[in-house]
Amino acid sequence: MSSTADEINPGRRRLLTVAASVVGGVGVAYALAPFIQSWWPSERAQAAGAPVEVDISKLDEGARLTVEWRGQPVWIVKRTPQMLAALPTLNDQLRDPDSNQSVQPPYAKNIQRSMKPELLVMKGVCTHLGCSPTYRPDVAPPDLGPAWKGGFFCPCHGSRFDLAGRVFQGVPAPLNMEVPPYQFITDTLVVIGAERNA
Amino acid sequence: MANTQGTTGLRGWIDERFPLTQLWREHLGEYFAPPNFNFFYIFGVLSLVVLINQLLTGLWLTMNYKPAADLAFGSVESIMRDVRWGWLIRYMHSTGASAFFIVVYLHMFRALLYGSYKKPRELVWLVGMLIFLCLMAESFFGYLLPWGQMSYWGAQVIISLFGAIPGIGDDLTLWIRGDYVVSDATLNRFFALHVMAIPIALLGLVVAHVIALHHVGSNNPEGVEIKKYTDEKGKPLDGIPFHPYYTVKDIVGIIVFLFFAAFVIFFWPDGGGYFLEHPNFEPADPLRTPPHIAPVWYFTPYYAILRAIPDKLLGVIAMGGSIVLLFFLPWLDRCPVKSIRYRGASWKVALTLFAIAFLILGYCGSQPPNTTLTMLSRIFAVVYFGFFLLMPFYTSIEKTKPVPDRVGHQTVVIHGAGESKSAVAFGEVDKARMQSQ
Repeated sequence: MSSTADEINPGRRRLLTVAASVVGGVGVAYALAPFIQSWWPSERAQAAGAPVEVDISKLDEGARLTVEWRGQPVWIVKRTPQMLAALPTLNDQLRDPDSNQSVQPPYAKNIQRSMKPELLVMKGVCTHLGCSPTYRPDVAPPDLGPAWKGGFFCPCHGSRFDLAGRVFQGVPAPLNMEVPPYQFITDTLVVIGAERNA
Repeated sequence: MANTQGTTGLRGWIDERFPLTQLWREHLGEYFAPPNFNFFYIFGVLSLVVLINQLLTGLWLTMNYKPAADLAFGSVESIMRDVRWGWLIRYMHSTGASAFFIVVYLHMFRALLYGSYKKPRELVWLVGMLIFLCLMAESFFGYLLPWGQMSYWGAQVIISLFGAIPGIGDDLTLWIRGDYVVSDATLNRFFALHVMAIPIALLGLVVAHVIALHHVGSNNPEGVEIKKYTDEKGKPLDGIPFHPYYTVKDIVGIIVFLFFAAFVIFFWPDGGGYFLEHPNFEPADPLRTPPHIAPVWYFTPYYAILRAIPDKLLGVIAMGGSIVLLFFLPWLDRCPVKSIRYRGASWKVALTLFAIAFLILGYCGSQPPNTTLTMLSRIFAVVYFGFFLLMPFYTSIEKTKPVPDRVGHQTVVIHGAGESKSAVAFGEVDKARMQSQ
């Protein structure tokens, strides 16, 4: 059977083309899903987030301990009374002094950002782009200026935090550093990543 | 399909089945290029040479590299020490990455000098920009693979950039990493993207770039269209065939380039810490950021812009914007004159300022942050953005010079007035040029 221009029905051709494209497009969209889903963390990666127990009996005043939890550094700092006394004096230079926008468990939403005032437990991850800031407890060092009362300095992009991980104004980091959930089993044994005895 | 090329023998047999002779003629033997290409016109072909180098050395590196978090660093060390000639192949690849950006930046600067992005070459420019994006992605994915300190923390910072997007940011970074931190899963997928996905995209885009260029024809330092005057067969009067004229010239350029490349590969492979950063000779440590983290030199201008802005989201937007703006260049530039030789003082000043801003931002981004450099970055970030955002204004009031009608011919064209007079003889050019000034 031969077809001539008279026999071609443009309306029918168009309908068939559109119908085939739409049905095919839906199929392509469904077929894409497993490829996109495959990029999410695997079951194994999701399972590996167990709490970590840390013995802090040997931690000196003013010293910092770094432990790994979920592949990230978590710091435990035993702050001196002088360090704690300096915290309230900085409030007017900070972006979020009362931690209203920042991430922390309710028991750490205070000026020390900790359950026990002297013991800071905090994720050592800058809220800007995820570098790990340096611990700079020294007062008024030449590179950080005379107003520095001790804190954390991110070498990547120059963000500054006080000794409670509260971010200063005028730096790229938007929020205070994150406090993970934690609890004390005894006075010298802290569990990071768990909130109650389970 | 019949053989329309008039070829016989084996070539004739092929031409009946595959357009071999036709392809040769269209892209080399009878691709007519302007006769006045200068130094800046070597960088297109050099980027092709570097691309081939990257594909070959990369293929060989995959034969010994192990894309796993606990094996990657050691396997790179093994390539450097145990694998025969492994050090050379790796240094060719790592030096090639920096060489790629050197030639591509000069290639792009050439387009700015002579208006190669303007009508009818907008798509040549846009496809070229996509190649540039692919290149940035390729080098970013590749930089994680040695799993050194800078690999790890560089990836951490760049992936976190996506976290600044409101609403979906945190989920997006999780999806990109495939884990809660940069980990084995991240390394594995970056390896796959680096050796499979991006190279394929890159090759396709390079073909599209060349097809688009050969469709509209090459620009030249005079910024005049040689296709305007053709003989009865359609051959441009001022065009010369790419082969043998430019193939031979390009070979000379490639040899000179390879002298320099060989010098760096053999005597200066780390480029003073700019081509291979020193912290990357230490294995990745997720608990400790190196004291000074900076991207490789070719990303530092954008990185300086990111750092200059004391706000996470705005910083990321500015950094992205500094690259996105390049895509709009053909439409931001309102001046009909292509070549800088005939453009006004305002464009020359703007382009010079832009080049200076790019270099100073590049320097600032490579240094540890301090208040002086942050101030400097802010000033030159304003210059960088000013170059693009003010372009529609300063290019539409630009006082241009008369543009010649043909390559090697002096013409008096009052821009917009449409009246032209062509001095045909080549010898009159310089005399006429002197008179016009």
